[in-house]
Order: sequence, then structure tokens, then C-alpha cells
Amino acid sequence: MSDALVPYDEALAAFDPAMGLEVHIELNTVTKMFCGCPTEFGAEPNTQTCPTCLGLPGSMPVVNGKAVESAIRIGLALNCDIASWCRFARKNYFYPDMPKNFQTSQYDEPIAFDGYTDVLVDTADGSEVFRVEIERAHMEEDTGKSLHVGGSTGRIQGADYSLVDYNRAGIPLIEIVTRPIMGAREKAPAVAKAYVAHLRELILGLGVSDVRMEQGSLRCDVNLSLAPIGTGELGTRTETKNVNSLRSVERAARYEISRQAAILGSGGSILQETRHWQEVSGVTLSGREKSDADDYRYFPEPDLVPVAPSEEWVRSLKDTLPEPPRVRRDRLQKEWGFSDLEMRDTIGADALGLVEETIAAGASPQAARKWWLSELARRANEQDVDIASLPITPAQVARIQALIDEGGINDKLARQVFDGVLAGEGTPDEVVAARGLAIVSDEGALSAAVDAAIAANPDVAGKIREGKVAAAGALIGAVMKDMRGQADAGRVRELILEKLA
Amino acid sequence: MGDLIRRSAADLADALAAGETTSVELTRVHLDRIAEVDGAVHAFLHIDTEGALAQAAASDARRAAGQLASPLDGVPIAVKDVLATDGLPTTCGSKILEGWIPPYDAEVVARLKAAGLPILGKTNMDEFAMGSSTEHSAYGPTHNPWDLDRIPGGSGGGSAAAVASFQAPLAIGTDTGGSIRQPGAVTGTVGVKPTYGGVSRYGLVAMANSLDQAGPVTRTVLDSALLHEVIGGHDAKDSTSIDQPLPALVDAARRGAAGDLTGVRIGVVKELTGEGYQSGVQQRFDEAVQLLVGAGATVVEVSCPNFVHALAAYYLIMPSEASSNLARFDAMRYGLRVLPEGIESPSAEDVMRATRDRGFGDEVKRRIILGTYALSSGYYDAYYGQAQKVRTLISRDFDTAFYSADVLVSPTAPTTAFRIGEKLDDPVAMYLNDIATIPANLAGVPGLSVPAGLADEDGLPVGFQVLAPAMADDRLYRVGAALEALLEKQWGGPLLDRAPTLEVAR
Repeated sequence: MSDALVPYDEALAAFDPAMGLEVHIELNTVTKMFCGCPTEFGAEPNTQTCPTCLGLPGSMPVVNGKAVESAIRIGLALNCDIASWCRFARKNYFYPDMPKNFQTSQYDEPIAFDGYTDVLVDTADGSEVFRVEIERAHMEEDTGKSLHVGGSTGRIQGADYSLVDYNRAGIPLIEIVTRPIMGAREKAPAVAKAYVAHLRELILGLGVSDVRMEQGSLRCDVNLSLAPIGTGELGTRTETKNVNSLRSVERAARYEISRQAAILGSGGSILQETRHWQEVSGVTLSGREKSDADDYRYFPEPDLVPVAPSEEWVRSLKDTLPEPPRVRRDRLQKEWGFSDLEMRDTIGADALGLVEETIAAGASPQAARKWWLSELARRANEQDVDIASLPITPAQVARIQALIDEGGINDKLARQVFDGVLAGEGTPDEVVAARGLAIVSDEGALSAAVDAAIAANPDVAGKIREGKVAAAGALIGAVMKDMRGQADAGRVRELILEKLA
Repeated sequence: MGDLIRRSAADLADALAAGETTSVELTRVHLDRIAEVDGAVHAFLHIDTEGALAQAAASDARRAAGQLASPLDGVPIAVKDVLATDGLPTTCGSKILEGWIPPYDAEVVARLKAAGLPILGKTNMDEFAMGSSTEHSAYGPTHNPWDLDRIPGGSGGGSAAAVASFQAPLAIGTDTGGSIRQPGAVTGTVGVKPTYGGVSRYGLVAMANSLDQAGPVTRTVLDSALLHEVIGGHDAKDSTSIDQPLPALVDAARRGAAGDLTGVRIGVVKELTGEGYQSGVQQRFDEAVQLLVGAGATVVEVSCPNFVHALAAYYLIMPSEASSNLARFDAMRYGLRVLPEGIESPSAEDVMRATRDRGFGDEVKRRIILGTYALSSGYYDAYYGQAQKVRTLISRDFDTAFYSADVLVSPTAPTTAFRIGEKLDDPVAMYLNDIATIPANLAGVPGLSVPAGLADEDGLPVGFQVLAPAMADDRLYRVGAALEALLEKQWGGPLLDRAPTLEVAR
């Protein structure tokens, strides 16, 4: 059974959307939040555990100082106040993937609070700055990961049994919560996407997390509600989870606007609940009913002492923050000589960092931009994945351009090299070798092919002899076809003109 | 050598040093004693014969090589079953942990092992340390060696009874509201709750994290000081551990035993005497205070007006923390797992419910319910929040009192040992046992209980409590050792010499 939807424009004609975005960032600390276990992604299940992160009786937590430092730096980068004294709290609820049946988190004393960040949002006529207010950023530990076996959906309903991997239990998380984002109107989904992209860029710049959505090191929950247009009220919200890509953030917000508008428009009311985004079908499905009465019985964690960062420490962290994303963009645009439009497209394709790294690996700015924005953005779109998750590195893109610059391949062959690298056939050089893609630079073979083309096309050859140089294109095409594209078209042209001079 | 088991740990250490005995022999005589009397006392839940003898042999080898690990190297000890022991069962007196064998040692246990003390076994306790009589153990009650029909106090009744019945020269207890001191009082032994943060809680299965503290259970004040120095001091694995060196405890005990308390100001806490205290308890207490005066101390009466709220605050804070701590016992990872009856394919939640229903005893369930309620939204401020404010006021009362006194004194428990079963149906009467010990836990200050004699009306032991400011644990030992020396001079020997002889099973 699918939910009724109203067209997006119709929904906005009647309602104002309000959003609250909760983003969880997994920090890239070497060890967990409260113990010395490693945090490496992808290890064998339950091999990165100890009495503390398994919640064994008697075990105790010790705060990871690096995680506190990362939390403060994130808070500062979001223009937050940093608490001079704050505590951890226990959030009590039962779930098999939570070893202690409480999560050590922060409640009414977050490490960072009252901040904002300015997000660049694409609009029909350029881009505009939208200020997102940050309510808080707090520290907590991740839970283990449940794997539901059997059943068709991979969800707990209908599963035969469940397995739990506690490697993830205790990984440090920073939860960043926005104040309600109002007044974005039809741009609300775009603001949501731009905010998450912006956060990702900001946190990458801080170097405190890998922020890879597909690996879950950045997770976004989209709270969304509608209120009758112009009332400025907050309606009943839903919280959509499982939003694992930037595109999904936008799509999920858009879907919820259409879905909620259909319910409200027909006189119904919104059920306050958790919903799950379905990447493939592009819908949200009802999850657990959630109410404000959910009682987590928070109280200060008695096994930990308060975190009290000194003013000097906070100041020194503030003084050493990297440049903010907007400053960085302006600097890069100047360095690369991009037009406003080129810069906007690069950011819009979520390729700024990729282009930067590609240039750092030796490619020219225009070449880097060309490959990421044409070839690779198109492929990401076709496959419906984030561009950053394509299985190719900026260094590989730079290498492909270098092969072109060296005359080893041409643009057409380069596209085949991209195919090969993306298909997992190896590095660009390996793909060139394996697929035999190198340009034929054997003058003898080339000369013979040109002679053959002239012989096969006497009419065209005649025209060229008469000085109609433009006709050479037909002969070049014939030679390239003969050489299966593996020839330098410029050299072929030279040869044709020499022979027919 | 038949009297080896009756000697103090300090004496045994001397005997080992003099080559009069070996650690293996000491360990064996205590294991034999356990075999003889523990059927009647039931102080132990688990005995590690093999492990203890191996540790003893290692100790003897160290001694032969002239590489002693500590002054108590080779002296055996019993450990309360609430501390994790690598490879040895740890049940906390609960069915829900039946069969659980920890993969790691509590820091206290690690320090005992590093110091060379063979661990005889794990001692009985009220389930998850919830009780004042050891009747709430899921494995049956421990009996008081002075009268087997009576309780040995709790929750650490097993450790106190083991030491009182000469099954172990030393034991470790834990004290959340009096669980070391009150059993010490009613069994005629010495028990010390160190300053909060003075002994690592890592591996101590928490009842109430902000109150729990492990400490020594012994027959003499000097033995407690020796043991305290082995287990105490900073531990980076416990964030609440104090990063400061311990005061010189053994020195303080030795100095106190010389009997001179000139210049020491003793504060008698007005709110911890009088009404509610058994007459024989009050009498022995008053006489003890006079003995201290005789040794040169000055006595002042101090008032701690907020102590009257201590019990109420304690019974909000402790169950609140406990309700959260005990949530992890859910049958998912370790311990008991009960499949509910009449459910075709039970969910994780069904299994959790059935396991917790079967695995926890009534007193544990009572406290989980109390704590869950006190932390609930809408009640938090009125209960948990309010209790924390009382806690602050009690700390201030201590601060004020320690302005005019170096130590505070009171009877340890309001009564002598009651009969098994007598208070089981009246939780509040049971809770009142800890009325004099709870304030120290709420404020984090250290406390000691030392035998003060026998009550005239029932001939049962009475405990004398000494309290000191945080990190001034040395004062406990100085005053406690002085009183012990003065009383033993009067009695002509240790109080335990007057305990009835236990029938020995052959």
C-alpha cells in the first residue's frame, strides 16, 4: 500500500514546511569514545571489543580526549558557544545492540550550543546564502549494529533471527542538531541537502571524520512538519531515518512534504513517528511510533567526571581552525580561474574537494573540472550514487589526464579508461595496457592507413588536392575507424595534408 | 601451628618472613577451615582451591628468591562476589549471573594478585549488594558466627563472616551504604570504607556508581591498613579515582596503637545517637568515647542537621543508579537466559522480560522499580534532583563538623545482629540498619567500624564508627587502632576470642 501524495507545488501552496536536521558524525579517532578499542571500519564482527564497549558487569568508561577535542573543534566551526563545564548523561532504553541498555550521551549540558552556519543553496537564478541555526552539538557513543537475517526486507519484521556486531558499539559520535529551519519554502529540500553537503565539507576540512554517508560515518535524520501557510506554527513532525546520501536528503524531504500535505489536505493528522527512507522506491515507510512521552530517564553518568575545557585550550583550538568553506571556495575559485558558473556547477555536483585533489595530483583546473563534471557526474547520476562514492580516486583522474597530455591516449580512449577503472579493472595504466588502448604511434602503420583511405576515397582526395582542406575530416574519420580510434587525430590530419599537398 | 588461622594478617606476614610457615601451608589451613565450618556459616559462594594453592606456591617461590611483591605477599584473602575475577565465577549473589565467568580482573583483584595474596574464593552477599543481612542472596543466607540463627549484616555478610569465623585472615568488601561497616559491627570485625575514589571501582559490578567503594574486611585495624595500602591509589581505568597518593595508613595505625591521642578532636554526631539505638549499643559507644578521652582526645558534640534526610535521599539516588546499571542484564550477551513459556517464537524483548522476571529477586526488583520511577520525566526534579540537593547539604554538614573535629564518631549500626527472617517482610526496618553509615557514602568521606564490645542485653558485638574528611583515611586508622588497643587491654585479648566455638564438620 503506498501513501497518497499531492504534487509538490500544490503542497507548498497550502503549507509551510519546517525542518529539523539531526546529523550524526562518526569521528575518526583511533580508539573508541570510552575505551581503547580500535575503530577501523570493516573488521571481522566482534573483534574490536573489550569489557567496556561490551558493557560487561563492572567495566567502566574513560573519556577519549581526542574525541572531546574534535567535538569542540566542530562546535567552534559551527560558531557555537563551548561549555566551560558539562557532563555526560545516560539515555536509558532497551535494545539488543546497546550493550548496557543505556547510551552514554549528553543531555541538557551539550559540549557546544547556540551556533549557526551559512549554507550556499542553489536556486533557479544563481545561489543564495541561507543561515541554519545550530541548537547544539553533543558527544555520544554509537550502538552496535544489528543484522536481521531472513525475511525479505532486512528489517526486524519478518526476520528469522538477528545478529549483532559490537565493533561499532562505543565509536565516538557527534550529534549536531539544528533549530527548526523555517521560511525555506520550496527550497526546503535543497536547503537540507546543501546543509548536509556543507557540514560534510566543513568536517572534512577539520579532518575529524571521514564523513562517508555510504559507510554511515555521516548519518542524517530529517525531521519535517507542515503548518498551514503563513501561520508560522510548527506542525506534528515525522523523523525520517536511513537517509544515506545527499540526494536522498533532498528526495526524502520532498517526499515527506508531498505525503504530509496529502494527509493534512484531506483533513487527516500526522502521526508522530520514525519513518525509514527507501532508497530504491524513493518513499518513506512507517517505523516506530514515537511520542514526546518517550522517557529516556536521563541522568548524569556517575562513572564519568565532568568535562571542563579550559578557556586557553578552547581559544587555541579556535585559533587553529581551518578556513571556513566559503572562504575556501573564494580562494579556490581565484586560484583556479573558474567563472562563477563553473564554480557553481562544481559545487552543485558536490565535486569541489574531488576537483581540488585532482588538481593537487597534477591535473590542470580545467581538465579536472571537465572530467568530474562531465564524464563522472553523468555516471554518478546514471547509477544514482554520490559522485564521491564512485570507485575512482582523484589521483587516478589526474593520471588519465596525464596520459592524454603525454599523447598516450586521446579523449575518446580516455572514456574507455574511465570505464575500465570504474569497472574495477585496475589503475589507468593497467586498463590502458589490458584493453590495448594506447594510441598507435607507429608512423609506418599510420602512413599505410592514410594511403588506404586516400585510395578508397579518390573523390575526397581530389577535393583536398584542390585546396578544400575542410574535406580532410572525412578521411580522418576513415583512418580513425580503421585504427579503431587508437590514433592521434592531429597526426593523421598532418599526414593526409602532406600526402595530398 | 593449629592457631595459624586465628592470627592476624600482620602476624602471618611476620611468620612467613621468619620462615615459620609457608604461603602454601597458610592457604591450605584456611581451605581446610572452610571445609570444616562453611557448611554452617555459608560465607563462600565459590572456593578456588587449585588457584589459591598455585598462587601460594608462586608466593613461596618469590620468597625463596628474595623478591617479595608486597608486605602481605603469601597471606590468603577472600573476595566479595561483586568483584570481577578472571576465570572465576562472579555472580553478585544473583541468579541472573549464574555461571558467568568474567574475562577480566577487577583492578582491586589485579592488585591483590600483583601483591601476591592467594585468593581463596568468592564470598556471599545480598543480591547485587542490595541488603543489610545477606538474606537477599539468591544462593541462601550467610550465618553470623556469633549465633548461627542471626544475620551477619550485609550486603557483605559473607566477607565479614569469613573473617570472623577464621576462614580467611583478610577479605575484600564493598560499601554503598554501609555494606562493609555494618557487617563488621555485627560480627565483631573491622571494616573500612575508604574515601570515594580512593580505591578503583573498575571491575566492581556497580549497584550505585556514585556511592560504591571497595575496602578491607579484617580482624584488626592494622590489617585493614595493610590491605588498604595494597588495593588503594589512583587507577586510570576509573575516571572517578583520585589522582593523589594515599596517606600513610599503616604508619597511622601503628602510631594509634601506641595509645596517645593527645590533641585529637573527636566529634560525637548528635543526630547519630540516642533514639533508635539499642541500649547496649549506646552504652558500649559511650564507654568507648570515654576511653578515647582517657587517651588524650578532646570530645565535642557536633550537629549534622541534614543527616535526618540521608536515608530518604539514599533510597532515591541508589535505586536510580541501580535501575540503570542493572538494565544490561538482558540475556543477550551473558548470564541467565530464560525462554518464556507459551510463546511460539519469542522476540528478544520476550526473552529479556522472562529472564529478568526469573533472574532477579524481589529486593532487586523493588529497587529497579523505585529507581525507574524516581528518574521518570515529571518526577525527576521532585525525587532524584531533590535527593542530589540533600546530598550537597549533607556534604556541607560534614564540612562544618570537620571544622571543629578531626574525626566524627557514632555507633556503626543502631542494633546488634537480628535473627534471620526477622526483618525480611519490613524493608524500611531493614533499611534503617544503615542509618549511621549512609551519610559517609553520600558525602564520599571514609569510615571505619571497629569492635566496641558486646551488648549487655544479648551478648552480641557492637561496632564503633569513625568518620574522617575525604583523603584523610589515616585518621580512621589512628583513632581506630587506639581504641582497639585500649579495649583489648580491658578485655585481655581480641573480642573474637569470646565468640562461641563453631562445630567442626569432619
